[in-house]
This record gives sequence, structure tokens and C-alpha cells, in this order.
Amino acid sequence: MLQSIIDRRLSGKNKSIGNRERFLRRYKEQIREAVKRAVDGRGIRDIERAEDVNIPRKDISQPVFHHGQGGTREMVHPGNKEYVRGDRIERPKGGSGGQGGQGQASDSGEGDDDFVFTLSKEEFMQVFFEDLALPHLVRTQLAETPEWKSHRAGFTSDGTPTNLHVVRSMRGAIGRRIAIGAAARRELRELEKELDALLCDAPVGDAVSRLKITGLETRIADLRARVARIPFLDPIDLRFRNRVRVPVPTSKAVMFCLMDVSGSMDESRKDLAKRFFILLYLFLTRHYDKIDIVFIRHHTQAAEVDEQNFFHATETGGTVVSSALVLMEEIIRARYSPSEWNIYGAQASDGDNWHHDSGRCRELLAEKILPLTRYFAYVQVAEEEQNLWQEYAQLVGVVPQFAMRKATEASQIYPVFRDLFKKEGVEPRAA
Amino acid sequence: MKRRLKGLHEPLPAGPRPAARLPGPSDWTFDLIEEYHRVIRETAARFGLDTYPNQLEIITAEQMMDAYASVGMPVNYRHWSYGKEFIATEKNYKRGTMGLAYEIVINSNPCISYLMEENTMAMQALVIAHAAYGHNSFFKGNYLFRMWTDASSIIDYLVYARNYIAECEERHGLEAVESLLDSCHALANHGVDRYRRPSRKSLAQELAERKDREHYAQQQVNDLWRTLPRRADKDGGAPEAKRFPEEPQENILYFVEKHAPLLEPWQREVVRIVRKVAQYFYPQRQTQVMNEGWATFWHHTLLNTMYDDGWLTDGVMIEWLKSHTNVIHQPRVGDRGYSGINPYALGFAMYTDIKRICDSPTDEDRAWFPGIAGTPWLPALHHAMQNFKDESFVGQYLSPRLMRELRLFAIVDDENDDELEVSAIHDDAGYRRVREALAHQYDLGSREPNIQVWNVNLRGDRALTLRHTQHNDRPLDDTAQEVLKHVARLWGFGVQLESVSASGEVSKRWSLQAPAA
Repeated sequence: MLQSIIDRRLSGKNKSIGNRERFLRRYKEQIREAVKRAVDGRGIRDIERAEDVNIPRKDISQPVFHHGQGGTREMVHPGNKEYVRGDRIERPKGGSGGQGGQGQASDSGEGDDDFVFTLSKEEFMQVFFEDLALPHLVRTQLAETPEWKSHRAGFTSDGTPTNLHVVRSMRGAIGRRIAIGAAARRELRELEKELDALLCDAPVGDAVSRLKITGLETRIADLRARVARIPFLDPIDLRFRNRVRVPVPTSKAVMFCLMDVSGSMDESRKDLAKRFFILLYLFLTRHYDKIDIVFIRHHTQAAEVDEQNFFHATETGGTVVSSALVLMEEIIRARYSPSEWNIYGAQASDGDNWHHDSGRCRELLAEKILPLTRYFAYVQVAEEEQNLWQEYAQLVGVVPQFAMRKATEASQIYPVFRDLFKKEGVEPRAA
Repeated sequence: MKRRLKGLHEPLPAGPRPAARLPGPSDWTFDLIEEYHRVIRETAARFGLDTYPNQLEIITAEQMMDAYASVGMPVNYRHWSYGKEFIATEKNYKRGTMGLAYEIVINSNPCISYLMEENTMAMQALVIAHAAYGHNSFFKGNYLFRMWTDASSIIDYLVYARNYIAECEERHGLEAVESLLDSCHALANHGVDRYRRPSRKSLAQELAERKDREHYAQQQVNDLWRTLPRRADKDGGAPEAKRFPEEPQENILYFVEKHAPLLEPWQREVVRIVRKVAQYFYPQRQTQVMNEGWATFWHHTLLNTMYDDGWLTDGVMIEWLKSHTNVIHQPRVGDRGYSGINPYALGFAMYTDIKRICDSPTDEDRAWFPGIAGTPWLPALHHAMQNFKDESFVGQYLSPRLMRELRLFAIVDDENDDELEVSAIHDDAGYRRVREALAHQYDLGSREPNIQVWNVNLRGDRALTLRHTQHNDRPLDDTAQEVLKHVARLWGFGVQLESVSASGEVSKRWSLQAPAA
């Protein structure tokens, strides 16, 4: 009777994924809210992580008709200890007279709590960076060491034996053999017919016909030899698969992250700045395979550092913002030719600067850096508008690829970030 | 209808004793499952268990959760609520509050039983005995299943349903389909023909008829909503006197499918799909105690017999017995974790009790069960399995002795009374009342509110009126308003719901304006 034991373990994994997608879609609002809260509250190191999402149970319930409390009912219970008929029992607290019976009690063991579920890391990041994009990205730049992609491009008559296309070659060979031998074979057929006729008709011992026959036979043998000499496969028959290498247009982007690490940047401000850059960093690494990121931090002097040092080392000292801009420009000149790279800049500072320096910063930015970049965002992590803010403010609106925002609390970072990198066309904004 | 059991009155004798017991390692192998299954099958045959062919499938825990989330079916259409169910299941599983049910079995032909990869060999044996022979023979034998479900076509139908709904999603958008399904699900329990036997059609028939149906149904609807009176002179007389439908209709979804004025043909088909699936599960909801009890009784009997015949080792026995004991644990009222009567425990106890009544009846049993006391137990047990549902099964077979053992007692909860009253306990005066009360508790008709389609205002605003007939004065929960929104969405015009008490007065009324188009 047994049909079979079927091993289903390898088939149909994740059957439920479509249901999950529908579920996430339905509760998008709540999920977005949870993601936003999570980003505000999380430490820097674990931004990129799964997240629990709470949805109030009433939002998620599926109503059906069922009995409410009240009326009369008789319930049977097991495990009577001391009751006899007619005993009266105080109604248990919590309203409902009879226990059990009414669905909700034990379905999930959760009662009226929120419905909690975990958003996976990927889903989290998906919601996190929804509708964001790098502005003004130009995709047509050909890289200086271009990426090549190999394409099939028909057939050629020479190549390596590994690329030999046997069917094509044989087809060519058949054609050649037919073409070259055609005339000889036609003549051969005619002569053979003639010979047959002669052999049948000619009177025996007729010298003329004998001579003719001999002549025909010689000619036939000659033709046969010629046909046989046609080579079965000739080097000109060979066909090879042709592959050509095509340069692939790539969009190369480089992101400059500039951060102030001077003494006036206290821990909380630094934390804000770091949050901003972490978002940026995750955003960029998620969207583009090929993206260079240059970390520059500065106090009175600027230095290019690696990621680890950028986010986690501390320094103190005065502030000369222009040092970072100068370094950025040097690096662009040296390594990232604007004709090949999409260049982006993001700068975070508390706005505190050596006052003679701010004007220079604006000039540097306006004249040297902004013409080279596609987008430059400035985030000030302090409320106070000092001279750097004022100087920069002159650029807003004049230069389209420049934007600046303030963020003074962790909770503002995410909206500011979203604002700066909003996908064009999603919600057009005058800036 | 009644199936006689190939004359099997006594279990057949055991075959030759095996030379060695089956090995019982914790890791199973395909060969070993095959071997265990052979012995279980042979043992089951000795007891005359009649089953659909078995198909055992090995799946992972994740797949088990998948199956769980989509109401236990191997395929189902997509809906967010199944996603929610999956998340809840997964969470409970990971947290460890719930061991995954170690078995899911599908009422189909062949009968599919899932064996979870993580189970040990002993557990696989338990599942095979429980699901592939217990549940399977119940599906094939019980009259409700025979009458209401068609095991051979359900999988095909679900595949069709999934494809159809996917097609609708593509054509009409996810949201339109989702909200329609939401509304249908809210009424799924009221999409069942309780009294009328459904026609049984093969999938091919269903498909062939779909086109005609769409066309015909639309025509019917149009006819109903004809704006010009056919004969003005006749209609003038008593316009409001006649109700539509003339008789109240219990199957709300069916009524919607056939008569909702604004639904498009594809929407009617979706309503039909939800209705069909609900119908398929209807017998399961009515035979929980019987079905689980039957399966539990048989895994217990089969595995014990196999031990006696020399097939199982002590280790295997201890392992499945531990699980068995957990399954049939019945906390007493007032204990922590008490949540009503455990259907496994009650069902198992009742079948065991029936066997006892047959084998060694007391005088009390002879007085209560003259029909089966002292007769061969196997036919008596099969008869009980085949011809009852929970309500009548308890009403027929719950014995005084079992009531004493379980110490059952009944409590009356009347809202007009500050205190609860113990109405009957397990004594001579109370047996009948306790039994009656418990049987009643399993009556779906009293567990679920009785709501029927009462009237449609054909000549006026086209509003639909549903009527709730109160049972023991039990009111509807306030979620009714929410459900009504779903009804209104399907109906397309205003909807009201009246709750009618035993004396015939309308005690409460919910109503909802027509949804904005």
C-alpha cells in the first residue's frame, strides 16, 4: 500500500515567502516607523542588524463573528475536587465566567500584547534606504582601465582549437566538396553513360569503338582520381566561434567623507556625525559595487585615514576646516580624475572654525571643489550658526549640487539623511 | 453509507516472531523508516484499519512551519494572514514554547503525512502510526469526511485556487485581491452548508463549469436587480410584503457569491474558492475529539502490539510513551495551564473506555451500553468512529465511569447571577446532565453564533439584513461591527445586523452605510 517515502527537504523551501512579502507590504507604515526608531536608538556598530517590529494586535486581528460575554452557558470542566451539585462559586475575576472556549485564550499564548516579529537584516536595510539614490550620477563614464565583457560575435576562419565549431566546419567542408567536384562529377556521369551505351551497342571487334572505349575509360579513371583528390576537410573549411571583448561602461563613484574631530566636537556631536557617515557608508556600499570611499578627518590639519580610524579614533585640537577641503582637492587631482569618476562629498562639522578660515572654505568649495563634484552635502551637528554656516549658506541655491542641513539630535539624522539623498522625481524639491 | 468492516471481529493473529527487534537509533534512515512502516502497516492490517494509500514525506522544520502557516495544506493561495501565521509559529518554535506538532496529515488521496527531519526514529514511528494509520483511516471512514470532502480532488483544487488568485493579483492588483480575501476570510465560517450536502465535483468539472457559471450568475444577479418592474400593475399591490430570500440562508458567502449586485465575475470566483476551502475544513472542526482520539488510540495500540510481538526495543517504547503522555495530559480546572478539555485526552480516554466496555463490562456498563457491552470491541470501535461527530459521539459514548475518572462537572454561568452554579457533577444524579452539557459544548451550532441572511431591500436601497438568532441569550461580540464592514464591502450596499433574542425581539442592531464606491 505504501506508495513511497518522498524526500521533500530540498524542494519548496521558503514557500511562505510570498505570504511574508504580502504581510510586510500590508504593515509598511508600522515597519517604517520601527525602522526609524531603531536607527535613532541604535549604537553605531550595530546599525546594520535585524530589528523587532511591534504591531498592535488590534491592527492585525482578523475579525470574525463570535459570541461576546453574557448570556447563559453551561461549561464542563475536568478535575472536580470538592464541588457537589448546587454549590455556588464566586465568579472568577476578569469578567469572563467560563474559562476557555472563546478562541483568543490560547491561540498564540500572547494574549493582547503586540504582535512582534523580526525584520531580517536585508529587509531592514531595504526599508531603511527605500527611495534613496545618489543624485546626478552619470553612468556613461568609461573607466580608465575598462572592464571588458566577452561577447559572442559570429564565426571566424581562424582561432584556437578550443573554439572550433565542428558543425559549422563540416557544413563548410560539404559545400566545398560539392562545389569543387561538381564539374568533374557531371562529366563523369556523362562519360559513364556514353561508355555504357557504347558497350551495349558497339559491334564486337569494332576497332573504332574499342579505341573510343579505351579513351573513355582513361578519361573516366582520370576524373575519378580527380574527385577522389578533393580533400574531405580543408583548412579553409574550419570555422571558429568568435568572441569579442566589449568595454563595459561603468559608473565609478568616489565619496569623500570629511569630519571635524577637533576639541569642540564633543562626544555627542561626534556621535551624530558618525551616525551620518555610517548611514552614508551603508547606503553607498549597498548600492554600488564599485565605489571608492575616502575618509578625511581634520582638526587644524587634515589626514586621510582608514575606516576604522575614521569612525573610532579620537583627537583634539583647534579647527581649520579648509585643511580638509585642500586635502580633498589634492586627492581628487591625484587619483580621481573628474572625467572618469562621479565625485561626491559629505562634510560634517559643528560649525566651529577658525574665523579667518571660513571665507576661504567657501571659496575653496565654490571654485575648486564644487565644479568637480556631482553633489556635496554639509551637515552641521550643532544648533548654533557660526561663520562657517553663514559662509556656506551663501552657496545654497547658487550652486545646484550643494546642500546643507542641521541635525542636533540622533533622531534628526535619519530624516536629514533621507532628505539629502532623496531619489529624484520621487518628491521634487527646490534646492 | 454504513461500511461493514470486511467481517473483522477479532484482531488477526500475529505473524511469526522476528529474530531481533528493530533497531532504535536516534538517527533515522530511509531504509529504517521503510522497515518500521512495513511492520506498522502489517500490524494495522491485523486490526482491519482501512486507509487511503499512504505517502510519507520527509520535510524540514521550516517546511513544517510553512505547512502550518497555510492551514496545513501543501499548497495554498497567497495571503498576508498566512505570513502572519508563519511569523507567529516561527517565533513560538524558536522560543521553544511550542514543540512543533510532530505531525501534519492531509486528508487527500493518497493521504500525505509529513515526517519532520529532526525527529528521532521512535518519533517517526509514532507519527506513522498516528497519522498514516490513525488519521488516515478516520478520514476514509468517518461519515462527515465521506460526505463533505473529496479527498481525491482537494490538492488539485488548491493548486487551481492558487493559480487563479495569482492571476487575479496580476490582473486586478494585489490590493484589490487582498481586501477581497480579507472580507471573505471574515465570513469563512459562515460560508458552509451545514445541512445541505454539497455536490462533489472534480476539478475538471469545476473548471468547465466556471465559464458558464460566471455568465449565468451574472445574468441571475441582473435579473434580480432589474430596475424596470416586469408588470407594474402586479407589483403595485404589496411591494414590501415578500422577503428576499424567502427563507433565511445560513451560507452567507454563498448568498454573496450568487446575489451581491456589484461583484465582478472574478470576485465571485474568489468568494467561491474561500467558500470551498472553508467547506473542506468543516468536518475537521466537528470531529476534533474523535479524530485526535482515534489517532492517539491507534498509535498507542499499534506500537504496544508491536512491542508485544517483539518488534520494538525498550528505548523506543520509552521515547514515544513520553511523548504520548505529554499529548494526553489533561490539566485539571484551576491548574496552571488549564485551557479547557484536551481533545486528545478526552478522545483517547473514550475509545479506550469503549474497548473496556466491550471487553470487560461492569453492571453499570451493561445498563448504560446494552448495545456494545460484551460484544467484540473492534466492530464497536469502528462503528463509533464511522457514524458520529464530536457532539453525538460524546452524547452516545461518554460513560459514567469515565466521568468519574476525569471528575467532570458542569457549571452554569448566567449573566443575571453574581455567582456561578455547579449544575451537575459525576454522580448518579448528574451523569446525564454532564454528558449532555459536554456534548452540547462540541456542537458547532452553539459554539458559533447563528447568523443568517434575512432580507434584502430589493425595491429600495438594496441594503442587506443579517439576523443573529441568540442561543441562550448569548450576545455577539463587539467585533461584529468590524465584520460588518467586510460584509458591506462584499455586498456593495448598506448592511445591517439584528440580534434577535429567544422571545423574538431585536435586542441589538448594528448597521453600516453603503461603502463609498
